[in-house]
Amino acid sequence: MNVRMRTLSILGLVALAIAAPIGQGNYIIYVLTSWLVFAIAAMGLNLTLGYAGQISLAQAAFMAIGAYVTSLLTLAGWHWILAMPLALLACFVVGLLLGYPALRVKGHFLAFVTLAFNTLVFLVLRNEDWLTGGSYGLVGMPRPDFGLFSTMKQLHFYYFTLGVTVLAALAMWGIVRSPWGRAFKALRENPIRAESLGVDTRRITLLAFAIGSAYGGLAGALVAPLVQFIEPGSFGVAHSLRILLMVVVGGSGYFFGPFLGAAVVILLPEVLRFAEGYYLIIYSALVIVMLVFVPSGLIGVWGRLHEKFWPRHEIRADLKEGAGLK
Amino acid sequence: MSMPVLSVRNIEKSFGGIRAVNGVSFDVHKGEILGLIGPNGSGKSTLFNCILGQLPPDGGDVSVNGRNVSGMRASDLNRLGVGRTFQQLSVFPKMSVLDNIILAGQEHHGSMLSRLFGPGDAGLTAEAEKLIAFFRLSHLRDTLAGSLSYGQQKLVDAAMAFMAGPSLVLLDEPAGGVNLTMLAGLKERLTAYNAEHGTTFVVIEHNMEFVMSLCTRIIVLSEGSIIAEGTPDEIRANQAVIDAYLGG
Ligand SMILES: Nc1ncnc2c1ncn2[C@@H]1O[C@H](COP(=O)(O)OP(=O)(O)OP(=O)(O)O)[C@@H](O)[C@H]1O
Ligand SMILES: [Mg+2]
Repeated sequence: MNVRMRTLSILGLVALAIAAPIGQGNYIIYVLTSWLVFAIAAMGLNLTLGYAGQISLAQAAFMAIGAYVTSLLTLAGWHWILAMPLALLACFVVGLLLGYPALRVKGHFLAFVTLAFNTLVFLVLRNEDWLTGGSYGLVGMPRPDFGLFSTMKQLHFYYFTLGVTVLAALAMWGIVRSPWGRAFKALRENPIRAESLGVDTRRITLLAFAIGSAYGGLAGALVAPLVQFIEPGSFGVAHSLRILLMVVVGGSGYFFGPFLGAAVVILLPEVLRFAEGYYLIIYSALVIVMLVFVPSGLIGVWGRLHEKFWPRHEIRADLKEGAGLK
Repeated sequence: MSMPVLSVRNIEKSFGGIRAVNGVSFDVHKGEILGLIGPNGSGKSTLFNCILGQLPPDGGDVSVNGRNVSGMRASDLNRLGVGRTFQQLSVFPKMSVLDNIILAGQEHHGSMLSRLFGPGDAGLTAEAEKLIAFFRLSHLRDTLAGSLSYGQQKLVDAAMAFMAGPSLVLLDEPAGGVNLTMLAGLKERLTAYNAEHGTTFVVIEHNMEFVMSLCTRIIVLSEGSIIAEGTPDEIRANQAVIDAYLGG
């Protein structure tokens, strides 16, 4: 895809996202907003897992930390715009700490370590009720008011979330296109070689966790005012698995994968509602089929179709001369 | 004589009961191309990995340009100007040739912050293209490294070791699996690089013709110990070397 095509399709997507909620009821707008929020969380996990190759099953825990920090501060009278950076910072620091085990264990073991961390966060939120409200959670978080633009209305909150999502995506774009992004990929593909080329793989591993976690925190900072009620149950291990599913279904390691993946995981159940009791069965079957036949995710499907119907007739570059001879 | 670029003293390494490297010492001086040969399993790669911080040696010391670097991490050693390749092909398959080469240089420029907020190529595209052209890979610049032929990947792998302008480069079987035409090209490129930049090389290689014509001095390892050292002609005539190869 050339640069102009890409720019046009991105603008098209943004226009679509702007137009989508117009004329819709509050519930649909709410679903669309959660799509954006989960896309942000999945974007973070995509950095940790898709780009840097470090498995994490704790993204929901970071959403929790982000949501609780934001809730406690906004309930104490802080403005969201001040509470949010603190939530990000908290997640960045905790993510950095969670990165340490990744320096020693990989693969399945790392998955279990992060899973245990998610459970730990869940238990702390449930048991420390003097701070977190225990299993009753926290209620009544205000939605941010920016003077001329208040996000009290569902539609306004959607556009606010869309703005934050676009900014978060731009920042992520900057990260993955920077030398850091190259180092993340090198860590994924061959950490030993990367280390021998001067890449401080320890630092890069920790950063992959910290930045990915901060994105989880940002998603959490949006969940608090969106739902205006949070409780530990919304951030359990099952939710981490759901975010992982978004990354994998969308296309792990592809920039737009998380948006597509979050759309499938969140919107598809809504679309399949007509099937009533069967929707979970259809949905699960679809996911299984996808994971078996296109492990590179939906973005990968697009690539395959594109290659099939509009093949690029690409000659292996080293054979170009020979191909030109005939 | 001037200070050696690389000085290795009494390196030892065992794996369980196997003494892979058994007290090896040698010096390499500026501009030298030192060959390291020996039968399979004689400890050459293990010695490299102990020198380069990839494996902790059981004993011994390593200095680079007079500085003791024992126990230093591989990444720090690389930033001191020591490049290397591995015996196994070690490119980044899902990155383009250009990205592979830029990666090999980016950590030597700017700070952690400038590598986040500065240009995506760390300002290295032109320099990387020059190196790619030097290794005659320009037509493959934007191809994913993983889709190149084995020999081409071997060249990319070797080129990466040079991107940071190292003063010392250790190559573990750079000619392994490379066809004859490319082999001649590789030798010519290494010689040209050595002449142009005065870079010091240590090269492990099984291809005798390649080693004998490339290197200025050769060390022979057998069962973890140095059994001979000398010019290519001396090594060719050395009875202990012939025995080690025929008996090994
Ligand atoms: N990680 C390891 N664990 C256990 N044994 C090892 C390990 N690495 C090397 N060895 C053993 O150490 C000895 C030396 O191996 P090394 O790879 O250094 O030999 P080499 O000279 O590079 O051989 P080749 O020419 O085949 O590459 C061998 O006996 C090998 O089996
Ligand atoms: Mg070897």
